[in-house]
Amino acid sequence: MNNAITTNIVRFIALVLVQALVLNHINFLGYINPYVYILFIMLFPIKNNRLLFIFLAFLLGLSVDLFSDSGGIHSAASVTIAYIRPVLLKFSFGAIYEHQTIKFSNTEFGQRLTYFLIIILIHHFILFSLEIFNSSKIILILKKSLFSSIFTLILCLLITILFSRKSK
Amino acid sequence: MQQIINFIIRNKTFLLFLLLFSLSLFFTFQSHSYHRSKFINSANFLTGGVYESVNNISGYFGLKKENEILLEENNRLKSILMNTETGTLRESYIDSSSTDRKYKYTPAQVFKNSYSLTNNYLTINKGKKDSIKVEFGVITSKGIVGVIDKVSKNYGRVRSILNASTKVNAQLKKSNHFGTLMWNGKSPYIVQLTDLPKQATFVAGDTIITGGLSTIFPKGIPIGTIASFNLDETENYFEIDVALFNDMTDIGHVYIIENLDAEEISNLNNLNE
Repeated sequence: MNNAITTNIVRFIALVLVQALVLNHINFLGYINPYVYILFIMLFPIKNNRLLFIFLAFLLGLSVDLFSDSGGIHSAASVTIAYIRPVLLKFSFGAIYEHQTIKFSNTEFGQRLTYFLIIILIHHFILFSLEIFNSSKIILILKKSLFSSIFTLILCLLITILFSRKSK
Repeated sequence: MQQIINFIIRNKTFLLFLLLFSLSLFFTFQSHSYHRSKFINSANFLTGGVYESVNNISGYFGLKKENEILLEENNRLKSILMNTETGTLRESYIDSSSTDRKYKYTPAQVFKNSYSLTNNYLTINKGKKDSIKVEFGVITSKGIVGVIDKVSKNYGRVRSILNASTKVNAQLKKSNHFGTLMWNGKSPYIVQLTDLPKQATFVAGDTIITGGLSTIFPKGIPIGTIASFNLDETENYFEIDVALFNDMTDIGHVYIIENLDAEEISNLNNLNE
């Protein structure tokens, strides 16, 4: 239990710093940045206090906002995906989630991919809608969300594979 | 009463979500409106400190390039100095500089620079401690960068010209037709000059400089060259794409300009209203 708390604290700080100092400056092809910090929300233990979880997601988004001078767009997007995560978990992992026994390292790759993809797409769409905040630029919003999502997804999968403990 | 409490307890997750979501929306809208974002900016103790310590390390990688820029600027300033000493300009030069100086320059270093968002900001290492205030202009040796938007004790935040809410008065170098410089959020190398009257004559490649209408920038700071232009919908004004002299994606050292007469000018303008 204690171990889980430490892991999550370290993960929180590490992800915010990596996001602020490295990933915000990639600007691949001019505007594509990965937003890998949402890994914290995606990998947060499933047996949790939902209030605490939503609040932590807010703090996470706010810290990234502080570093990137973006008002509250990251916190809004993070809070939303934290709130709807149970629905997405049920959708992607099906019945296993009901028993509250899944561990992310033990799930099938395909299921994990769906789960990541949906969360990332929703997060990025909210993020860029709030950032650009202009319905006449909907094409730009969709374009940015799509390309950044692909980048984020690839990085998230790589990071989870790299840092997963061998539990086979 | 009991029912209300029960309702709150039953829906506490949703209510918390709603509360935090509206809080973040509040922050977002505040940052959209013209410098009113009080809480969320990178000119605070924590983020400024982190950026400073990282910049201490990464600053070394750009030293060679910074040197070249300084050398170039020195060269330009020297050539102006040498030519005025021998040329006929000398008389007028001394005349204009013998009055009290109007602008005060402070060098600063950029810690953080963003250019891929729709509202971009830079964080610099000068703040209240160095008597920097909001609405001071920020330039490099090549051209304009932005306007100071927020200051804390040690750090300042600059609203870059690559920001949807930045508007700078700009004009053609060869005539006094002026317009407003804005950014449409697309390319970090191109900004837009609007409201330039139809009567102005120019060709692609002409230089755009800052106009003297605002109290922030002195007149004549270079901005960029005209890349392309067309008339807007009303056909009364030009819309011009301006290619910036500055590479906004690569900014190391900047100068902060304080207009020492700003207060006097704005007082005068307020009298008229």
